[in-house]
Amino acid sequence: MSLDNILNHWSDYRKGSEEGGHHDYEHRWAMAINLDLCIGCNACSTACYAENNLAVVGKEKFEKGQAMHWMRIERYWDQQELEHPEQGASFLPMMCQQCGAATCEPVCPVAATYHTPDGLNAQVYNRCIGSRYCSNNCPFRVRYFNFYSYYESSWPEPMEQQLNPDISVRDKGVMEKCTFCVQRIRTVKDKAFMEDRPVQDGEVVPACAQACPTSAIVFGDTMDEGSVVSKLWKKHQVERGVYQKTKLAKKDADLRGYRIFEELNVDPSVMYLERVREDI
Amino acid sequence: MTMVTEKDINEQIAWAKINTDVLKSMENPRPAYWVTLAVCIAMVACAVLAEYIQYTVGMGTANLNNPHMWDMYIAAFVFWIGMSHSGTLLSAILHLIHADWRKPIYRFAEAMTTFSLLTAGIFPMIHLGRVWNLYWVLPYVSDRGIWPNFRSPLVWDAFAITTYLTASMLFLFVGMIPDLAICRDNTTGWRKKLYGILALGWVGSDRQWRHFRKIYLLMACFLIPLAVSVHSIVSADFAMSIMPGWHITSFPPYFVAGALYSGCAAIITLFILLRYFFRFEDYMTLPIMEKTAKLTFAIAMVWTYLNLIEFASVWYGHDVYNKELLIAKATGAYAWIFWTMLFCGSILPFALAFRKLRRHMPTMFVVSLFLNLGMFFERWMIVAPTLSMSQEPHQWDIMYGSIIEWAIVFGSFGWFGMLFLIFVKVFPSVSMYEVKEMVFHRKLSAGEEDLARMTDHAKPVTQTTGGGGA
Repeated sequence: MSLDNILNHWSDYRKGSEEGGHHDYEHRWAMAINLDLCIGCNACSTACYAENNLAVVGKEKFEKGQAMHWMRIERYWDQQELEHPEQGASFLPMMCQQCGAATCEPVCPVAATYHTPDGLNAQVYNRCIGSRYCSNNCPFRVRYFNFYSYYESSWPEPMEQQLNPDISVRDKGVMEKCTFCVQRIRTVKDKAFMEDRPVQDGEVVPACAQACPTSAIVFGDTMDEGSVVSKLWKKHQVERGVYQKTKLAKKDADLRGYRIFEELNVDPSVMYLERVREDI
Repeated sequence: MTMVTEKDINEQIAWAKINTDVLKSMENPRPAYWVTLAVCIAMVACAVLAEYIQYTVGMGTANLNNPHMWDMYIAAFVFWIGMSHSGTLLSAILHLIHADWRKPIYRFAEAMTTFSLLTAGIFPMIHLGRVWNLYWVLPYVSDRGIWPNFRSPLVWDAFAITTYLTASMLFLFVGMIPDLAICRDNTTGWRKKLYGILALGWVGSDRQWRHFRKIYLLMACFLIPLAVSVHSIVSADFAMSIMPGWHITSFPPYFVAGALYSGCAAIITLFILLRYFFRFEDYMTLPIMEKTAKLTFAIAMVWTYLNLIEFASVWYGHDVYNKELLIAKATGAYAWIFWTMLFCGSILPFALAFRKLRRHMPTMFVVSLFLNLGMFFERWMIVAPTLSMSQEPHQWDIMYGSIIEWAIVFGSFGWFGMLFLIFVKVFPSVSMYEVKEMVFHRKLSAGEEDLARMTDHAKPVTQTTGGGGA
C-alpha cells in the first residue's frame, strides 16, 4: 500500500522536495493588514481564542512564554530621539504568515506540517510528534506548542460547552498555529461546492478580521484578481515570491505595503501596510 | 636538545602478566566501586523521576517556552554524540595509520563511544512532545501510506545515529572477541558461560586470526566515514535552518572538530581514572598519555580556528541578525557562558603544550574535566542563544532550564557512568591481545635496532624505563 503510494507519487514527491511548497494552487488565501488602522485593542486576538479553542494558560505560564495566542499584538515603542516619535506604542498584529516557501515545512520529521492546495501551511495535529523543530525554524515565532494539557484548567465545567465544535482541542505535546480559520474556509468552500459556484470574495471571513473594529484586516484570495486583497496587494506593488527591498526601492509614500522579513525569502501571505507617519 | 625517547610500553612485560593484570581488574570490586555505582544509579533514578513528571505533566515543566523550543536536552544530545567520536578516532583512524600506541587505551575509548551514543540517543526521544509516537520518524511500511519527511534533518539524525550505534557496538564487540576467549578460559561460573557465548568459539587458529584481521580492518574503514557523517548530520539540525547563529556553512567541520575534542578530553579523564583505580600504570603509561594530550591539543587548535573563522565570517558578513546575535552572545546575559567556553576550549588546552603538565596526572584530570565543561557550554551556546534572540524581536527572551531539565541532564551522566562502571567489571577494559601484539612488535623492532647498533659499532643506549629480566 504505502510502497505503492511513494512509487506512484514519486514525481510529486520530488517536485515538492526540490522546489518546496505546493504548485497547483486552487486558492491562495492572503491578508492585508493596515497598521494605520490598528488601534491595538486585541479584539482579533480575543476572537481567535474563542474561534479556535485556544487554551488560556494563566498569568504564570504567560510570563514564562508558554501562551497560546495564535494572534498576538506586538507592541513597539519608537526611540525618543526621533523628530516625531509616535505617542505610545505602535502595534503589529502577528499571526502565522502562511509562507509560500515556509521554513517550518521541510524540517518536520514526520511531515505534520505541509502546504495545502489552498496556499496554507496546514498543521496536522494527529501527526505531530512534538519535535518542535518547525517552531525553531520559524522566523516569525508564531508556532505555539502545547507545553501542558490545558483541557481541564482552561475550560472547567461548564466552560467546555462553549468550545467550537468545528475544530479539535489539542492535547499536550502538539504544535499549533494560526490556520487562517481553516474551518471557516472549509465551510464556505463546501457550501460553494454544493451550490456549484466559485467561492466569492468576502465570503470567507476569519475571526480576527470579523472582530476588528476598524476593519484593519482584509482577507481574501489572491488568485482571484477581483478580490479586495488582490487589489490591495497590487496597489501597493507587493507581489508573491518577489523579494523587494520595499522601503528603499519605493520612493512613493503611498506605497506602504511590505511583508515582514521579506529578505529571508519565505514568501509570506500577509502584507502589512505601514503606518502613515509625519517624518517619512 | 635530544631527549631520550621513552618507550610507550615496557616491552619486557610478560604475556602472562598482561592477562593476570587485566583479568584482575575485572574481579572483586572494591567498596568505592559499589558506592560510585550506587551514586550513578541514584542519578539515573532522579532523571527517571524527572522524566516521569515531564512525561505526565508536559514539556513545560522543563521551562521550555515559545522562543526556546529546544534547550539543554539538545545541547546534551550534541555533547554526548560528540563524546562518542574519539573512540572511533582512536580505534579506527589510528588503527589505519598504524599508530600502535592506541592499543592499550582504545578499548575503553570504544566502550565510551557506545555508551555515550546510548546516552545521546535518549535525548531526542525524551524531548519529543509525544514520545509515544516516536516510531513515526522511522520509514516503516505503514498501511496508511505515510512516510517520514526525508527532507528533515531530524530524520537523517535517526538514521545516522542508529547506524553509528550499531556499527560502533559491533566494532567494540568484534574487537573484543580474542579477549573474550581469554576471559572464557580463565573464569568460572556465570562469567565462563557469558564469555563462552560471546567468544563465538574463538580458539585462536590461524584461519580465525586471518578472518578477524580482515573484518576488523573492514569495519574500521566503514566506521570512519560514519563518524564524520554522524556529527555533520547533527550539525545539519542547525545548519539547515534559517536561524541566525545556526545557518552557518562551517558547522559540519566545526561540530566534528568539537566532537573529537570533547571525546579526547573524556578519554584523558577516563584514562587517569582507570590508570589509578585499576593500577594500569604498565599499560596506560605516561608516554601514551602525552601522545593523547598532544592529539587533544592539536584538535583543540583546530576547534579554535573553526571558532575564529565562524566569528570572522559573521563579523564581515554583515548579516544584521547574525552580527547582533554574536554581539549579544559576547556581551549579553549569556556572556559568562560564552567566555567560559572560549577560556576552557581555547586557552586552557595550552596547558597540554607543557611536558611537565602533561605528565602530572592530577592537573591533567582537572584540565580534561574543564575542557569538557567548555565543550558542554559550547553546545549550549549553539542551541539556546539563537532561540533567545532570533529574527523576531518581540519574542526575545532569556531562559534557564528548570530543575527537571537539570535532573535529566545530570542523570545522563549517571547513566553513562553506570554503563561504563558495569562495562569495566564485566569486560576487559584493556585489550589484552593487542597489548601483547604491541609488546611483541616493539620487542622485534627494538631487537632490530640493537642489531643495527651492533653492526654499526654504536654505543648501546641505556633505556630509561623498563626493568625486569629479558
